[in-house]
Amino acid sequence: MSADLRRATATQLRAGYRSGEFTSVEVVETLLAAIAREDAALGAWLHLRGDEVRREAAAADVTYAATRTAGAAALNALPPLLGVPVALKDLVNMIGTPTTAGSKILEGYISPYDATIAAKLKAAGALILGKTNMDEFAMGSSTEFSAYRRTVNPWDRERVPGGSSGGSASAVAALHAPLSIGSDTGGSIRQPASLTGITGMKPTYGRVSRYGIVAFASSLDQIGPFARSAQDAALLLHTIAGSDPRDATSSATPVDAALLKLPQGDQAASALKGKRFALPKEYFVAGMEPGVEAAVRAAVAALQSAGAVIDEVSLPTTEHALATYYIVAPAEASANLARYDGIRYGASKHGGGDLLDGYLATRGRGFGPEVRRRIMLGTYALSAGFYDAYYLKAQKVRTLIARDFDRIWAAGYDAIVAPASPSVAWKFGAKMSDPVAMYLADACTIPTNMAGLPGLSTPCGLSEGLPVGLQLIGAPWSEAGLLSIAAGYEALSANAPWRDQDPTDLAALGGAA
Amino acid sequence: MSKLTRAEVEKVAALARLGLTSDEVEKLQGDLNLILEQWARLAEVDTSSVPASAQTIVQPMLLRDDTPRPSLSVDEALQNAPSRSGDFVRVQAILSEEADG
Repeated sequence: MSADLRRATATQLRAGYRSGEFTSVEVVETLLAAIAREDAALGAWLHLRGDEVRREAAAADVTYAATRTAGAAALNALPPLLGVPVALKDLVNMIGTPTTAGSKILEGYISPYDATIAAKLKAAGALILGKTNMDEFAMGSSTEFSAYRRTVNPWDRERVPGGSSGGSASAVAALHAPLSIGSDTGGSIRQPASLTGITGMKPTYGRVSRYGIVAFASSLDQIGPFARSAQDAALLLHTIAGSDPRDATSSATPVDAALLKLPQGDQAASALKGKRFALPKEYFVAGMEPGVEAAVRAAVAALQSAGAVIDEVSLPTTEHALATYYIVAPAEASANLARYDGIRYGASKHGGGDLLDGYLATRGRGFGPEVRRRIMLGTYALSAGFYDAYYLKAQKVRTLIARDFDRIWAAGYDAIVAPASPSVAWKFGAKMSDPVAMYLADACTIPTNMAGLPGLSTPCGLSEGLPVGLQLIGAPWSEAGLLSIAAGYEALSANAPWRDQDPTDLAALGGAA
Repeated sequence: MSKLTRAEVEKVAALARLGLTSDEVEKLQGDLNLILEQWARLAEVDTSSVPASAQTIVQPMLLRDDTPRPSLSVDEALQNAPSRSGDFVRVQAILSEEADG
């Protein structure tokens, strides 16, 4: 029973709560016990709301019990995620919780307010289990740049979970939570989803409010869901999406009700017939691991066998997306991170010297090596005499990247199919001494962010025993369409041997063998 | 493409208000020069007739009424301040006595 509760999707939990098959308290106790046993080795969590969540789960169970006697209509009217545990990446403010963004410069910071998505999750009845580890200020591709702890990949303890949302990805992959929230500025949801074998989506820029989210690069950042099925990811996205008067970059485009009616099983598979997918040759880059390419091409062949039309296409500016990103994102970060001055909140080294000494000491010691690197890059790109050559040039190339994608949608394609990452999870330390090698880990995901488009990673097999993700990229606001295609692929591959396999190091995390 | 000198790295660090050790400056000089090699490749792209995009999903400008709404209390707003004096954040002296007048 308890093993099944760990594996249950949010959709299954909701059904079980409604029927009375099991309770939210049983689920929460099962997950908290697993976390207590395994997180010393996994390292996914930075803060747990254990006792608060126990109380909230008990209250949810009372509501379910009382409503069950009132009939099905009353049960259907309950908040959609009532009693369902969700993990938050540690850059989401929630009243009374520490929010560090993985940085020492925010050590001890306690949120005095709720991010809009935290308020929406609470209103939807979700139980916020805690906050998860991340690369400092979401800058990194392996979660190794967290100032607090190492998060391991539950498929192999010697390997990274990807990043920057590595804690949220590992928590869901290791069956510590059915759902979690991440942020994706250059791939920080899709790449760890790929490396840990789960589903992760970066929605269209503006789909989800960022009020109360620690900012990294404001023209790129977007919040999105991690889950173990497309249906669950859609449910979580539907909960957090929508316009917000407190975020002027959030869109008034209505939230797609189709997110709650994703096709399932045979219906989802047969809906693939006649779909048109573009396969961009530039995404099979030099240096891509052969096992990753083989798994992705096999998934594409499966879509074709199900009746989809696959055309090879060219997105010629892909090769310039990485350099464009590594100008735009650090430039915006250097401006956003100017606020960490040790005066109003956060760690402070203002002491005996003058104000400038206090700034230099607070920021020099409070930020870790990768954040310092990005602030330096961004400050340089924006400095007098270099702005036109770097920042303005990058903004122009960005236009060309967006035009490449526009041509694909104008040609009538339903989605782009591509790898989510050029490699499977790598060993700790392998890219830590070479920033350019670390940046290349996001080569397949960055163009999507530059164009503001939605994208997801869905598991499509194993290479050398480690997960590979299939990336689907769509036109603006096509989240429900992309998740429907992912649900179709799930149905096609339902009987694949890797589909029901637990992460290979999961048992060992708890000290069992 | 010219390489960043140590003095230039120190200047950028000062602009960014990052107090760095000598070793950190040296490490950053090497890292930044590696990354600038990547940036330099953008010069190959012809953008002579291309407009710049600050963002690519264009939203209409949102306006709202300029009316007060509930916000954080003073205590909530100051709860994370490293140093507080009454209803204020306490900071270092900004002007020295000699600079006065």
